[in-house]
Amino acid sequence: MTGSAIVVPIMLPLLAATLTFFFRRGAITMSLLTAAGTIAAVVVLSLEVMDQGPLSYTIGGWDAPLGIELYADGLAAVMLLMSAFVGTAITVYAAGYFSGKPAVARHFWPLWMFAWSSLNVIFLSADIFNLYVGLELMGISAVALLTLEGERDALTAGMRYLLVSLLGSLAYLLGVALLYGTFGVLAVQEIGEQMFPSPATWTALALVTAGMALKTALFPLHFWLPPAHSSAPSPVSALLSALVVKGSFYLLLRLWFDVFPEAVTPAAGQLLGILGAAAIVWGSILALVQRRLKLLVAYSTVAQIGYLFILFALLTPEAWSGGVYHALSHAFAKAAMFMAAGTLMHALGNDDLDTLDGSSERFPLSVYAFGLAGITLMGLPFSGGFTAKWLLLSAALETGQWWYVTVVLFGGLLAAGYLLRALAHLLTPTPTVKVQHEPARGTEATALILACVALLLGLVSAPILELLQVGAPLGSMIP
Amino acid sequence: MTLSFWMPVLVILTSLVPSLVIFFMTDAQLRARRALYLGAEIVKLILVLFMLVGIYYGAFYETRVALLPGVEFLLRANALGMFFLTLTAGLWLLTTIYSIGYLESSPNRSRFFGFFGLCVTATAGIALSGNLLTFFLFYEMLSLVTYPLVIHSQTGKALRVGRTYLFYTLGGGTVMLAGVVWLYGLAGSVEFTEGGSLAGVEGARIPLTIAFVLLMVGLGVKSALVPLHGWLPQAMVAPAPVSALLHAVAVVKAGAFGIVRVVYEVYGIELSQALGVLGPLGALAGVTIIYGSVKALSQDDLKLRLAYSTVSQLSYITLGVAIVGSASTVGGVVHLVHQGIMKITLFFCAGVLAETIGVKKISEMNGVARRLPWTMIAFAVGAVGMIGLPPTAGFISKWYLGFGAAQGGAYWAVAVLAASAVLNAAYFLPIIYVSWFRKPDAPFEEKLPKGRFETNGMMLAPLLITAALALLAGLLATLDVSPLQWTELIVGREFSYNLDEILP
Repeated sequence: MTGSAIVVPIMLPLLAATLTFFFRRGAITMSLLTAAGTIAAVVVLSLEVMDQGPLSYTIGGWDAPLGIELYADGLAAVMLLMSAFVGTAITVYAAGYFSGKPAVARHFWPLWMFAWSSLNVIFLSADIFNLYVGLELMGISAVALLTLEGERDALTAGMRYLLVSLLGSLAYLLGVALLYGTFGVLAVQEIGEQMFPSPATWTALALVTAGMALKTALFPLHFWLPPAHSSAPSPVSALLSALVVKGSFYLLLRLWFDVFPEAVTPAAGQLLGILGAAAIVWGSILALVQRRLKLLVAYSTVAQIGYLFILFALLTPEAWSGGVYHALSHAFAKAAMFMAAGTLMHALGNDDLDTLDGSSERFPLSVYAFGLAGITLMGLPFSGGFTAKWLLLSAALETGQWWYVTVVLFGGLLAAGYLLRALAHLLTPTPTVKVQHEPARGTEATALILACVALLLGLVSAPILELLQVGAPLGSMIP
Repeated sequence: MTLSFWMPVLVILTSLVPSLVIFFMTDAQLRARRALYLGAEIVKLILVLFMLVGIYYGAFYETRVALLPGVEFLLRANALGMFFLTLTAGLWLLTTIYSIGYLESSPNRSRFFGFFGLCVTATAGIALSGNLLTFFLFYEMLSLVTYPLVIHSQTGKALRVGRTYLFYTLGGGTVMLAGVVWLYGLAGSVEFTEGGSLAGVEGARIPLTIAFVLLMVGLGVKSALVPLHGWLPQAMVAPAPVSALLHAVAVVKAGAFGIVRVVYEVYGIELSQALGVLGPLGALAGVTIIYGSVKALSQDDLKLRLAYSTVSQLSYITLGVAIVGSASTVGGVVHLVHQGIMKITLFFCAGVLAETIGVKKISEMNGVARRLPWTMIAFAVGAVGMIGLPPTAGFISKWYLGFGAAQGGAYWAVAVLAASAVLNAAYFLPIIYVSWFRKPDAPFEEKLPKGRFETNGMMLAPLLITAALALLAGLLATLDVSPLQWTELIVGREFSYNLDEILP
């Protein structure tokens, strides 16, 4: 049964994308069924990976280089779990959020299913060309989702996002071409085995890294992210911030540790690490001065992405696990935060911080969700963010790079600063809270549940980290 | 998976689960909520007493779960932890009864009691934590769950104070985290062990010293060591039961308890002495004691005066820890409990004054004892204890502290204690004087409906009980169940070292 479990996360959403395009009436039901099926398949797959080690599967029995090969190790399994659970929450949230907008909803469901499928393609692909296909499909569907409501801001941001996305993919494609020209194969594993330092591979590394840094919005290439993530419809904001940036980050992680390890120099890793550190500080500072809630949350994403890149400078098994764990917990927390912010914005008309004064009286669940998600972003116990931070900190101390200790700790305080600023508004009682729309059923609870999961990730980190060690590139951190 | 594994978990769950359930109850489900809450507290108290007896007879309670590869979540009940746990469990019950009276008709009570319970959960976790990481986890949780209590009234002022509070505690926590991670890097794991767990770490004097300083900054914020005390006087904007809990058991005590743990069970007294970190710590504690007392003198707001008094009194514990010697250790550790029951009495009284007759300032307190005799008797007991006069609990603490300081040759500490006693007398005795011997300026404004007692019975009973405890802990100090005897058991069991070898 190995085969079916590994193709389901790709095929099921793809099938649903087609069906929801033609049959609008059952779109929500079909999407929910897809979500349930995906979760089941991913859980089965994760258990198999945990049990048997990394799994390979060739579609239709055609071996590489001709056929398409899928590959799942611990990292892929954890990313799939993330996309399955957060994706399900987005599905439930969107069902409520779009309930009053049938015209938008009719395009949303096929596009979202398509994006979900392509995301899983990225997580499961074993060759660099299929990774490109996944990346491009994800980028296109993300742009379409962003501009769904057709608002002015969103269209401008969407245009910029489209260009960035294409540019990033193009750089990646050039890198792929160079690699194919040098090695004559596309499979990640085979290139990795043959890798040697040379001008061609360095150029490929630089192109791929630059492309992915652009798509992941690493400082100073983050300019496009805040307008895009904040102007999208809220379920899409959650999707973009929680999952889509993780897709390109995952790609970079794969390539650095599986394809390029022989060609990468410590200085290159340090560069990414330093940019990550700068992102933490700069993103947080900008989050501190925002006047709109969704922009604040979006700048927080810029800052949080910085933590992911610190692992490239630390290069220990602990740092690698910590970075991935951060990606995982951030996905849950940030999705919860965008959902809560979206509920408040929808209910009160806009997301100006002053308008949101006193939200806690009327929408306590959303405010709780926002606050609890904030604990993960600040990296306080008990939360997944704390586990990640602990691993990164120990790795930084172990390798003697104490300046990263300072940045990571300081970043937590800055996060506390900007989140508290938002919370202070939400908690200030005002006599008149003008509610324009009642939040749809289930939207508030979904955000709260996601935020609680982000906290739970701090308590159940041991088994997840164990799964992550299956096939881990730097060796296992478990003695 | 035996009883010994589950007991610490059960103790934590008995406060965690009801607190979480309460968030989902409305203010209308008053009876159910009370029953749930008080039931949980009584169950918890019984569990704690059961464990206490067990420990006394040598039983062993430990919960060990892998949190990360190589890093454990460890709950363990030892004599010192149980000492603190009993205090929290007992005073939680009394404070809850008090808050039921205090908050009788105010809004958002579910939220209040929910976070209140979470606060106590975190404190229980702190008491039971068996290694530094577990301690830190609960320590940070405490910072967070106290925030909604501080800003409970949601006024602009409360929100500002809440921000200051978080700024201090999260900042301190961040500094502390650096120390914790560093120690884990140096030692592999840092379990609380009798005599110190770092004794085996060789040749790392400078990192160990820096890590000690980092930890003390983190713990110093909560235990309000000067200059990290700024948040505490402001935080008294919170409702009186919260102040009482904050000042007596939860937040400040967690900091002081942490200092005891780190000095005795992480570094160990020998290593601390060898690193030369105890001198500066003691000096800081001395400065804090005097500073807090001097500031208290000039406050007219009753709660503010009590708050500065806490700043001062808390450092008695730190002082006792920093002076090497078994007597001063006993004095410092026993003050954990003694200060708790005395200060909670005083804050309960302040709450009664404010809620019953609207008196918040000392200048308004002329003759209040005529209207609230029982409350002011309790207040007098607490105040006399703070000064350190016999036969109250405060006398016992001070006696051991002073005796230990003299024994260890730290005469400056004796001088600090004496000066503090004089200052304490100077700011507490006038309150007692005006409330009993002056005539009221005008008839008191009655804020509560007339009842059987001088104030709401739910508020009066807890403060009479704590006042009685403060007296009994002093009068019956030689009895087996007194805090003093338990402290001597702790000191005997855990801090067994030969004094002559350590002292210069």
